[in-house]
Amino acid sequence: MIYLDNAATTKVSPEVLDAMIPFYTEDYGNASSIYSFAQKSALAISNARKQIANVIGADENEIYFTGSGTESDNWALKSAVEVYKGTGAHIITSAIEHHAILHTAEWLGKNGCDITIIGVDKDGVVDLAELENAIRKETVLISIMFANNEIGTIQPIKEIGEIAKKHGVLFHTDAVQAFGQVPIDVNELQIDLLSASAHKLHGPKGVGMLYARKGTKIASFIHGGGQERKKRSGTENVAGIAGFGKAAEIAVATMQQRSEREIQLRDYLMGEIERIIPYCRLNGHRVQRLPNNANYSFEFIEGESMLLMLDVEGICASSGSACTSGSLDPSHVLLAIGLKHETAHGSLRLTLNHETTTEELDYVVANLEKIIQKLRSMSPLYEDFNNKQIQS
Amino acid sequence: MYTEKVLDHFNNPRNVGEIENPSGVGTVGNATCGDIMRIYLDIDENGIIRDVKFKTFGCGAAVATSSMATELVKGKTVQEALEVTNVAVMEALDGLPAVKVHCSLLAEEAIHAALWDYAEKAGIVIEGLEKPKGDIHEGETECESE
Repeated sequence: MIYLDNAATTKVSPEVLDAMIPFYTEDYGNASSIYSFAQKSALAISNARKQIANVIGADENEIYFTGSGTESDNWALKSAVEVYKGTGAHIITSAIEHHAILHTAEWLGKNGCDITIIGVDKDGVVDLAELENAIRKETVLISIMFANNEIGTIQPIKEIGEIAKKHGVLFHTDAVQAFGQVPIDVNELQIDLLSASAHKLHGPKGVGMLYARKGTKIASFIHGGGQERKKRSGTENVAGIAGFGKAAEIAVATMQQRSEREIQLRDYLMGEIERIIPYCRLNGHRVQRLPNNANYSFEFIEGESMLLMLDVEGICASSGSACTSGSLDPSHVLLAIGLKHETAHGSLRLTLNHETTTEELDYVVANLEKIIQKLRSMSPLYEDFNNKQIQS
Repeated sequence: MYTEKVLDHFNNPRNVGEIENPSGVGTVGNATCGDIMRIYLDIDENGIIRDVKFKTFGCGAAVATSSMATELVKGKTVQEALEVTNVAVMEALDGLPAVKVHCSLLAEEAIHAALWDYAEKAGIVIEGLEKPKGDIHEGETECESE
């Protein structure tokens, strides 16, 4: 199997699993208990908090563990509204956010908040002028993702941080795809709130975190026994948190070398696709993008068919086609960058990891070429296109 | 999510291609919604479907339902072909996921559109056949689902 869907989730690395197992087998104490045995759990959580804070230049006391990146996003938005304004608050976000943000914003919108969704250019970069113009006195939060999960575009986070600071508005970034993949310094970038998730960086599923800058008020999100400094109750997922910490430590230590290698491989993949397969289009910014992300639209064909045929060849990938989302509309991200529906339906996302090899990518491109040829040969859109070419 | 029969008809679709000078051809669906089906019919003087081919832009279910629909009408009379409903196509495929039921409707519509074209060209009236919505792959933006 060739796994090129690392933006969906990743394999837990052996070191991470080793760091987790003791908290299931031997050191299973509840971190809130008083006896020394349970203090091993408390210590593990504290260590993980440091390891994770280190990824983004934060203080360990600014890290709150959650159950997922989605939960962190929900918390950031709902908390900003609750603490800073209540109903009538205004939030600014972008058209290409993950549904964890957009659906939360939509829910807040139905509950008395005002939401502005700003657009992006053809590469998926937010419009900074539109962002600044959208700010008004009721604005409590700007939430713009660090890097997009589908098209990989990295946003001008520093500029957004400056705009937010200038107007005294909180800045949240969904960094689920960027955390541990690209350098992030919350102080330099003036980020107030940041969401991340363990399973995108070879950590376990079911653990996320919210960074909240010291002095930023955040509301209690889960009420109960008072864990996470009374902000997010519930007995800690100690093994998961320990795994997240280890994954974060490895991600920081290997980031530079890994990114360089991934960029080289990714650029090779992009070059091969563009050399071999006609009528394709790169989605997302060519340079300002995640090191491991390649996203293409192939004209005249539909994404789910492509994925099913890749699956037969043992290749795991994903698409922004409607058919893979269970709705009839293609990806909101691809529509936001201005793709026509039929072009968005024919998209393919390939996301690499540190183990990806050139040989694997050659195998993928060879199969992709064959599959796209086959699908085009049975596509009425391609038939019409060819007939038009002959006529003109 | 798909049955073995759906995957079989997707991976080895029957009757893919075009027919030169077809007795009837019908195209339904639109690119906005992500599926377009085109069916070509070759109908002999006795009104029997001698050959049928299809081309489809769409998901696994769209390809599989096209393939199965062509199999079900091949060798049949025009009247018999008219009785190949979306339910018949789905049953022959051992079922479809709920979100994909519209693909089977599209397959039924494609057959009907091709038969309508045949009837118009031949100057005949096929009893029980209604005028299809037509070739709608330009302009339409409303995507129907079940």
